[in-house]
Amino acid sequence: MEKIRKTLVAGLVAATTASTASANEFGDAEAGLKIFNECKACHSVGTGAKNRVGPQLNGIFGRRAGAVDGFKYSKGLARMGKDGLLWDFDKLDRYVQNPKAFASDTRMNYKGLKDEAKRADLLAFLRQYSDNPQNIPEAAPTITGTDHSVDPTILAIQGDPEYGEYLSSECTTCHQLTGDNDGIPGIIGWPAEDFVIAMHAYKDKFRPHPVMQMMSARLSNDEIAALAAYFEAVE
Amino acid sequence: MKLNRRGFLGATAGAAAAASLSAPMVHAAGHGKPKVVVIGGGAGGATAARYIAKDSKGEIEVTLVEPTRTYYTCFFSNLYMAGFRDLGSIAHSYGTLAAEYGINVVHDWATGIDREAKTVTLAGGATLNYDRLILSPGIDFVDGAVEGWDISAQNKMPHAYKAGSQSELLKAQIEAMPEGGTFAMVAPPNPFRCPPGPYERISMVAHILKEKNPTAKILIADPKEKFSKMALFQEGWGNHYDGMIDWVGADFGGGNVSVNPHDMTLTIDGDVNKVDVCNVIPAMKAGKICDMAGITEGNWAPVIAHTMQSKVDENIHVLGDASNQGDMPKSGFAANSQAKVAAMAVRSALTGSKLFPAKFTNTCWSLIDTNDGVKVGASYEATDEKIAKVDGFISKTGEDAELRQATFEESVGWYAGITSDMFG
Ligand SMILES: Cc1cc2nc3c(=O)[nH]c(=O)nc-3n(C[C@H](O)[C@H](O)[C@H](O)COP(=O)(O)OP(=O)(O)OC[C@H]3O[C@@H](n4cnc5c(N)ncnc54)[C@H](O)[C@@H]3O)c2cc1C
Repeated sequence: MEKIRKTLVAGLVAATTASTASANEFGDAEAGLKIFNECKACHSVGTGAKNRVGPQLNGIFGRRAGAVDGFKYSKGLARMGKDGLLWDFDKLDRYVQNPKAFASDTRMNYKGLKDEAKRADLLAFLRQYSDNPQNIPEAAPTITGTDHSVDPTILAIQGDPEYGEYLSSECTTCHQLTGDNDGIPGIIGWPAEDFVIAMHAYKDKFRPHPVMQMMSARLSNDEIAALAAYFEAVE
Repeated sequence: MKLNRRGFLGATAGAAAAASLSAPMVHAAGHGKPKVVVIGGGAGGATAARYIAKDSKGEIEVTLVEPTRTYYTCFFSNLYMAGFRDLGSIAHSYGTLAAEYGINVVHDWATGIDREAKTVTLAGGATLNYDRLILSPGIDFVDGAVEGWDISAQNKMPHAYKAGSQSELLKAQIEAMPEGGTFAMVAPPNPFRCPPGPYERISMVAHILKEKNPTAKILIADPKEKFSKMALFQEGWGNHYDGMIDWVGADFGGGNVSVNPHDMTLTIDGDVNKVDVCNVIPAMKAGKICDMAGITEGNWAPVIAHTMQSKVDENIHVLGDASNQGDMPKSGFAANSQAKVAAMAVRSALTGSKLFPAKFTNTCWSLIDTNDGVKVGASYEATDEKIAKVDGFISKTGEDAELRQATFEESVGWYAGITSDMFG
């Protein structure tokens, strides 16, 4: 925990060299929390946030692009980071507006937020977890990627990656193994738990996509676990 | 032949399938590594070759026979006609399959198959031995299906149902149409390659005409009473191309047609129409090599759903459009899906690898106008009788523009996905 704090403070320094403004200057953080609900399926932020389908977002302001340890970024974002890109308000604003226009191979499967005021709200919300880490409420429930609750016994199933590899050939007709996503999200390297949750969300018809509802409907719990194990590990 | 088939079916039905398929190394015992020859480097053949080579990790020698050096996908060739894609973007070559997967790619025609000797003869004179043969030659046209049309007329009246030069030709003809001219299509009877294909094509032709030649007309003679995604297409045609498209179905004599390529006329139920472009899509059958191999019944090659093996010869697997498998439409997605089942069965037969239960899927996207995409799809399982549909879905009429755009974008992602699944 101490270590995380230090990183966050370092982030703060970088961010504040550009601006000494308070977190709320550019938008309404409370409204931003609601907008962040859309992001929650993939990103977590706050106490104990960890990488899920997307990287955790604590300290995002002032962080170098593509720099969270243990997260597999698209080549483009990783390169931007190496070239020295630091996330500040303007860059995040442009990225959130149209991720693909910013980094064409980004693995973030999000069509973008056109409304400028809403982007400002969202970024105001996120900046709370960068600027003022000491204000992160320790006891508040962690915001995690779970958009659907799945029976823990299902989550506990250990998948057989070899079986998953065979089953995956049905997925790779559309989802590319490079992780590229144009029109169809990349699914490689997802944490197994997120994969399982997402598939069950389709199976329970909680997520609406008809192709995915159909695909998940005939996969057993073991098969979903096998696919999750395979896609988590695939290079 | 009958005996042969019954005996074989008995042996592979149900649970016995796995056992009978996984005790086979004998096949290869005489001559080193087991050999697989794949005829046809399209949606079915390229996928099967790649999966067998990739998953057998060098244990199986794979040869792919395909006459053309560049494969133009039929999928998205309609989008090419409307200017949404350029020709280069639907062209694929076989270099990666050779270089990265170690597949022996032979650019030649297969001209004969000796099932006793298990050999394939090529037009260039060479002979290839196989332990398992995979046929995915796509379609050919039924002779005499449209009165007045044969393959020698394909320059005046293109089919553009095999992509490449035919697609270029049809596009050029559409663009050269006189102001207010008529584009005609003779649509094919069931079953045929890509059920929504002719109607997506009509949409794309209408799109380009609306832009360049808005008083032009489109006339379709169709031997069917209804067609794939009909309600969606008709709604879209009304929304985007009102008054431009005249569809003459079977009830109005749409199946009673003849053409005269010399005069550029299309006669529908006795009515002679002078037209400027005539896209004739004749009735189809399995690629000729299936006939030559003696594995067809009627126009198609019947297969066992569990493994895609020919019902006539257990050493041959037939994929994609050429096969008669049951409920799946003849689509690139379907051929790709069947190829993976066949690849697994072939590996299991030749190297004893695990045989998992067969699963099949299909989704066909169609574009009606800019960012107005629709889709239809289903999942399937293998039964002893056929590939049987389990569950399906279709886009709805009246969907909002955002959903239609997302559907179109999905099809772009699918195109990238399936072509890298085929060609590596
Ligand atoms: C206009 C149009 C639009 C379409 N759109 C879609 C779509 O959006 N989605 C979709 O899923 N499907 C679509 N399809 C259907 C799809 O193209 C076919 O179903 C698919 O290509 C079938 O795969 P296949 O392997 O059976 O045959 P093909 O892909 O046609 O491959 C056959 C190959 O075999 C080769 N060959 C033939 N005979 C021999 C021989 N004797 N020796 C050696 N090689 C030989 C041919 O050169 C060819 O390359 C469309 C088709 C058309 C015409």
